[in-house]
Amino acid sequence: MWKWIQRQASPKVFYQTCTKLTPWFLLPFIVLGVVGLYWSLVVSPADYQQGDGYRIIYIHVPSAIMSMTVYGIMAIAGGIGLIWQIKMAEVVAKVSAPIGAAFTIIALATGAIWGKPMWGTWWVWDARLTSELILLFLYLAYMSLNNAFDNPRTAAKSSSILAIVGLVNLPIIHYSVKWWNTLHQGYTVGTGGLKDPDMGIALGIMFLVFVLLYAALVTIKAKTEVLTREQNSRWVKDLVTGERS
Amino acid sequence: MTKRQNRMALVAMLIIGAIAAIVFLFEALGNNINYFFSPTEVVEGKSPEGRSFRIGGLVVDGSLKRDGMKVNFDVTDNKNKVGVEYTGILPDLFREGQGIIATGSLVDGIFQAEPNGVLAKHDENYMPPEVADALEKAQKSK
Repeated sequence: MWKWIQRQASPKVFYQTCTKLTPWFLLPFIVLGVVGLYWSLVVSPADYQQGDGYRIIYIHVPSAIMSMTVYGIMAIAGGIGLIWQIKMAEVVAKVSAPIGAAFTIIALATGAIWGKPMWGTWWVWDARLTSELILLFLYLAYMSLNNAFDNPRTAAKSSSILAIVGLVNLPIIHYSVKWWNTLHQGYTVGTGGLKDPDMGIALGIMFLVFVLLYAALVTIKAKTEVLTREQNSRWVKDLVTGERS
Repeated sequence: MTKRQNRMALVAMLIIGAIAAIVFLFEALGNNINYFFSPTEVVEGKSPEGRSFRIGGLVVDGSLKRDGMKVNFDVTDNKNKVGVEYTGILPDLFREGQGIIATGSLVDGIFQAEPNGVLAKHDENYMPPEVADALEKAQKSK
């Protein structure tokens, strides 16, 4: 088992695995993306109070969940890199950061756009909104720390420590609406908040779409990162010059 | 300890340290993280006096009175209710039975909301109008 992991984690095998996996994420993403948008915008009914304005939930909720999930993946991969010195885990952590930051920005922006007409304000400093904004700052801090070192190993070490400390923010975001009074509403997912089955299906598909998008982007970006890191190794030179290795 | 165990211990300490720091922080902040006070807390005198704070609750059915731009209504948490006075434009989702949050201060037991100080709070339920009607009927027949 350990040997198998070590072989998978060698840059060359990891690169090849990513190459193989990318289309398996990218194609379902495109197909389900079209189906999901159709289900969100056409099939699912309008809300009794908000009319069509509630449909932003189909982007807001998946991106908010992914903003936290990706942070978890990033911190755990960073921890694996730190403890077991697996370089490819460092690569996964590093390339996940900008993707997670993008999900966070999408969640914050769609929330604000929805908040203005529904709540009457773009932004308030309640526990849910503030902790999600801190998540964005954690991503930005991670990325700038990672870019502050020339040596990728040193960079991974210090930024992983930051990522692990920041993990503590994830339960705060999740439970903020339960622990404190917030303007943000409580859990819709898991409490039967979506009263129409088509709403549930649409949100489910859109969540899958976001997961596939993340997976596709990671495999694509990880390949670039591996090539940059291993630019002096034999197999990369062979790959670039087109020689068989 | 091997080097790897050493690193594991370091990561574990980091996590424990971060959790401890956050627990102490929230302990110190206490009630201040709450975005609003409930009518019960206001009635019990737990809300700040002489400075502005937020109150959150449901608009009591039948309590809304309009007089030009001036509106009066009661908010409740189903235990206690507090009267609110407000002058200005209300958000789209504002209606009786809806959750709202108002910023202002308590003057002689009446909550005086500041200009643009009323926000509508949305709940976690999303449904088509037919379902909303059916639910309302079921509620009334109870």
